[in-house]
Amino acid sequence: MSDTTRAYRRRTTGGVLTTLTWLLALAFFFPVAWMAATAFKQENQAASDPPTWFFTPTLDQFRAVIEGGSGVYVANSAIATGVSTVLVLLLGIPAAYALSIRPVEKVSDVLFFFISTKMLPVVAVIVPIYVVAGQLKVLDNIWTLVVLYTAMNLPIAVWMMRSFFLEVPGEVLEAASVDGAGLMRTLRSVLIPMVAPGIAATALICVIFSWNEFFFALNLTASRAATVPVLIVSTMTSEGLFLARLCAAALLASLPVILAGWIAQKQLVRGLSMGAIK
Amino acid sequence: MSTSTIDRLEGSRRAARAAAAERTISKAEGWRRRGPLLPALIFTVIVTQLPFLVTIWYSLRGQNLLRPGEDIFVGLSNYVDIAQDSTFRQTALNSVVITLGCVLVAMVLGIVLALLLDRPFLGRGVARTMLITPFLVMPVATSVLWSVALLNPTYGLLNWTLGLFGIEAVDWTSTYPIIAILMALVWQWTPFMMLLVLAGLQAQAKDVLEAASVDGAGPWRTFRSITLPHLRRYIELGVLLGVIYVVNTFDQIYLMTAGGPGTASANLPFYIYQRAFLGFDIGQAAAMGVVVVIATIIVASAALRLIFRSFEVKE
Repeated sequence: MSDTTRAYRRRTTGGVLTTLTWLLALAFFFPVAWMAATAFKQENQAASDPPTWFFTPTLDQFRAVIEGGSGVYVANSAIATGVSTVLVLLLGIPAAYALSIRPVEKVSDVLFFFISTKMLPVVAVIVPIYVVAGQLKVLDNIWTLVVLYTAMNLPIAVWMMRSFFLEVPGEVLEAASVDGAGLMRTLRSVLIPMVAPGIAATALICVIFSWNEFFFALNLTASRAATVPVLIVSTMTSEGLFLARLCAAALLASLPVILAGWIAQKQLVRGLSMGAIK
Repeated sequence: MSTSTIDRLEGSRRAARAAAAERTISKAEGWRRRGPLLPALIFTVIVTQLPFLVTIWYSLRGQNLLRPGEDIFVGLSNYVDIAQDSTFRQTALNSVVITLGCVLVAMVLGIVLALLLDRPFLGRGVARTMLITPFLVMPVATSVLWSVALLNPTYGLLNWTLGLFGIEAVDWTSTYPIIAILMALVWQWTPFMMLLVLAGLQAQAKDVLEAASVDGAGPWRTFRSITLPHLRRYIELGVLLGVIYVVNTFDQIYLMTAGGPGTASANLPFYIYQRAFLGFDIGQAAAMGVVVVIATIIVASAALRLIFRSFEVKE
């Protein structure tokens, strides 16, 4: 086989592989595109057989979702997501510091404990949480979700932030301790700026998980504290086959996380692996 | 008593005092180190461990929210009921099928996609962005999308596509409920696996691959003897994390099939939810929760050893 035939063959294989990659990418993306397209249809076009491929886009469905009282749900989701993420960082960053830079004894036991709480099935604790929340009169209260989402994301944040702290060069810390800087000052003026990208990645993961959380929201909220996923479900059950409006709601609900994930693709991998993969 | 004895006594006393002082210092230092950790640790213990202890307590009682009078100590009878409950066994099996099915299929697809993405081509960034999107869609939205827009028997897109090839319409969510759920789950989790494997591929030493190619190893041989062993750690991590998340699947089952028909597609989280929130059978639901946790501990203690090796936890 001459060099030119080999080069030709490699180019053809390359072309085939590229085409295959693109076909698979389109196939995986297609359901999202279909959901987005359906959101711009009229109801009769959304549930038609055969499917409607060409149509004049309308914003009616988005208008209906936004004007249909979705503001409360969005506000609740924003509080649950935002406050729990801030709490996770406030609790998790010092804890990660104590497991990496000036470590306590038995670091691996503590890490083991944190990760094991992620393995505890949520269903195993939902019953007492529900009953106790009922007795404390905090059912249908957004702060109950804030506390639970904080506990849900804290182990991930501890693991992630620890992996970022471990990358801080030792000399930097020595310099800070020679200067006699205390814990808070070392954290604030030396460490936090150095691990800022790590904090952003951790926050992104916490935002994704709490924004999308449904199980606690379904069981512990009713009308006042319900979040966006609950809104979608109630749209689905109460309004049955308003498919276009349902798609508009689902698209709007997913958009914040989709955009955040697109922008922060690099941080996503690290976060999903809890800091194990750089 | 001679002076030397006094000196010696004095000396040993001083040494003991110094040692004690050192101990207090290291004790203080120990607490200073523990300080930043404690808020997070205490918070996690209170919010995650206490409810579980309460679950154990409930599991020994006959509490049903509809019949307040029966809240009495019933010993292990809830557990005996579970052992005889064939639905519990079926949903446990469904949990295993759904979890393993989703994780394994998603991993195989993820490896294929990662290999395809790990080569330069036009628009690679865009293709990668499109491929990770399913993972970013809110699971509740995913469930709606699949059950209504794609799998609906009359106007769903999948049946329409199959119709082009002359295949009869299928009512996916009631005829093949577990397969329908697996479709949505695999679609959502494949990007997750792909991202982890892709990170592994990109961490591969390029000179080793070049050396293999110089030595005349073909692409398949290189993949099997170099790439796959290198990827092992990433694959293990992906499977482990995937299992942790997928075993708790609730949204898709709640929205796509409601566990039905009957309990044909219910997994343990969904079945426990039904017993607790639709049957108000607190004692039974709590006992099932305890059984699930024990099973999880058995599986997890093996898995955790793996994760620790993967993460290379350094003291």
